[in-house]
Amino acid sequence: MTMTARPLVHKTAMPGLSLSAGITLTMLSIVVLLPIGALLLKGASFGLTNVLEVVGRERVTASLYLSFKLSLLAALFNLVFGVLLAWVLVRYRFPGKRLLDAAVDLPFALPTAVAGIALTALYAPNGAFGSLAQAVGLKIAYTQVGIFIALVFVGLPFVTRTVQPVIEEIEQEVEEASATLGASRLHTLRHVILPMLMPAALTGFALSLARAVGEYGSVIFIAGNIPLRTEIAPLLIVIQLEEFNYDAAAAIGIAMLVISFAMLLAINLIQIVSRRKMGHV
Amino acid sequence: MSDTALPRPAFRAATDEAPLLRIALIGIAVAGLAVLVFAPLAVVFAEALKQGWSAAIQSLGNRDARSAIQLTLLITAIAVPANAAFGIAAAWFITKFDFRGKAFLITLIDLPFSVSPVVAGLCIVLLFGANSAIGGWLVAHGWPIVFAIPGIVLATIFVTFPFVARELIPVMIEQGRAEEEASLTLGASGWRTFWSVTLPNIRWALLYGTLLCTARAMGEFGAVAVVSGKIRGQTATMPITIEMLYNEYLSVAAFSMAALLTALALVTLLLKTILELRHADQLAATRRH
Repeated sequence: MTMTARPLVHKTAMPGLSLSAGITLTMLSIVVLLPIGALLLKGASFGLTNVLEVVGRERVTASLYLSFKLSLLAALFNLVFGVLLAWVLVRYRFPGKRLLDAAVDLPFALPTAVAGIALTALYAPNGAFGSLAQAVGLKIAYTQVGIFIALVFVGLPFVTRTVQPVIEEIEQEVEEASATLGASRLHTLRHVILPMLMPAALTGFALSLARAVGEYGSVIFIAGNIPLRTEIAPLLIVIQLEEFNYDAAAAIGIAMLVISFAMLLAINLIQIVSRRKMGHV
Repeated sequence: MSDTALPRPAFRAATDEAPLLRIALIGIAVAGLAVLVFAPLAVVFAEALKQGWSAAIQSLGNRDARSAIQLTLLITAIAVPANAAFGIAAAWFITKFDFRGKAFLITLIDLPFSVSPVVAGLCIVLLFGANSAIGGWLVAHGWPIVFAIPGIVLATIFVTFPFVARELIPVMIEQGRAEEEASLTLGASGWRTFWSVTLPNIRWALLYGTLLCTARAMGEFGAVAVVSGKIRGQTATMPITIEMLYNEYLSVAAFSMAALLTALALVTLLLKTILELRHADQLAATRRH
């Protein structure tokens, strides 16, 4: 609390400065900052070369690569499908629309372990979709395709929910102007509407990506968890912890943190550029 | 095209898509959600009821299942109010005062969303586990955190940390400080101002954030899996129990518990939808659709 009383805070007539600042900073420290600090400290005491040695192991590299590759693919799928879904939900009227709109949030509300066993039951060779796929010679559960489907599921709502309010606020005049000037509808959609949606869509994409990279519960059931092939990075951390290999677990954890922050930073930069190009949307 | 009137059905506004494109887009949206969302939802209940209602209900009645349900309710009952209190305090601090580093503080509050739940659990194990300095001291004094309930609570608070604050901050920024200032000028105390001016303004946003927080708290798996130690009857929450039952090939029991959690999730969704329809004007702008 003494920290916040320094002159870096402007004086206002509002009461409760020390109380609200105290609760905020204390809880933030105990719940988030100290635990993350403990991870970084563990990494530091383990040593950079050792951390790199663990991350460089074939099984670890393979799992990190798999996690980020499939998360990127799933987030891309959600980017396209999410924008389409947002457009349909805002612009069109059709029966059952409200139900559809509410259903978009189900992946947020459904516990990941439940999603995991449900998707596995659905896509396993004896499941409803799995048997269909097998009839045409495809295997989904216990392969990378299964992991992709689980990651699509958990990231589904993000893009739709960030893009929907933007579509609502588009002035119809813009589209009319474009049409008056002779643009076809598709041309208007592609060159007028889509650029307006991009910053919000990228925010949703980033959220979807961050969620997918760290996802554990919905993936481990459907993945089959075969080392080097369908083993995701978070599972490898759990395995190391079960063997009381805290140093190795910390090394993989730090690698995941660093890579996801780097990706979020990159997406933020893209976003700033696309916002600047568009003016503020 | 002649100058005579066009046949009416062929007319469409320049700002509409061709009917065929429109139908195709709606079709893709419906089919996509049917496969991705509705099918898994249906499977949960179908698998739970594979051997009839009595088998499903019976599997929820045994001692381990009951203890898991109680534990999940207990964890939620601690974690959600803690996060609501934090969310209110953080939103008050951030929106009612001007200070340097505000954007940085908001980033830190959002941090748990970009950290894998498994990494969150790992962090808590490293800080409070029996091998660490703090954890060792706490265990020696009879206060184990990891592989015990406090660790599960901490992990749950970590993963749900930003929910309430994120809902409140935009709403409170939009509402500004004028009403509170008026109340203070008229002689009301700080607490009185909070209870009678601020809280009524933010109640629906608060409820909304609390709802999202509750859904996630009840269902958290990754972070809890790491810190709980999965002790049957003691630290096994509902999601952890689902995993244990599933791995023991007790499919009906696993899906019955999953169906119970799903039912709770559906209630959450329903309440959330009602809030969005009834009180859209008092929720953050991104929630108004």
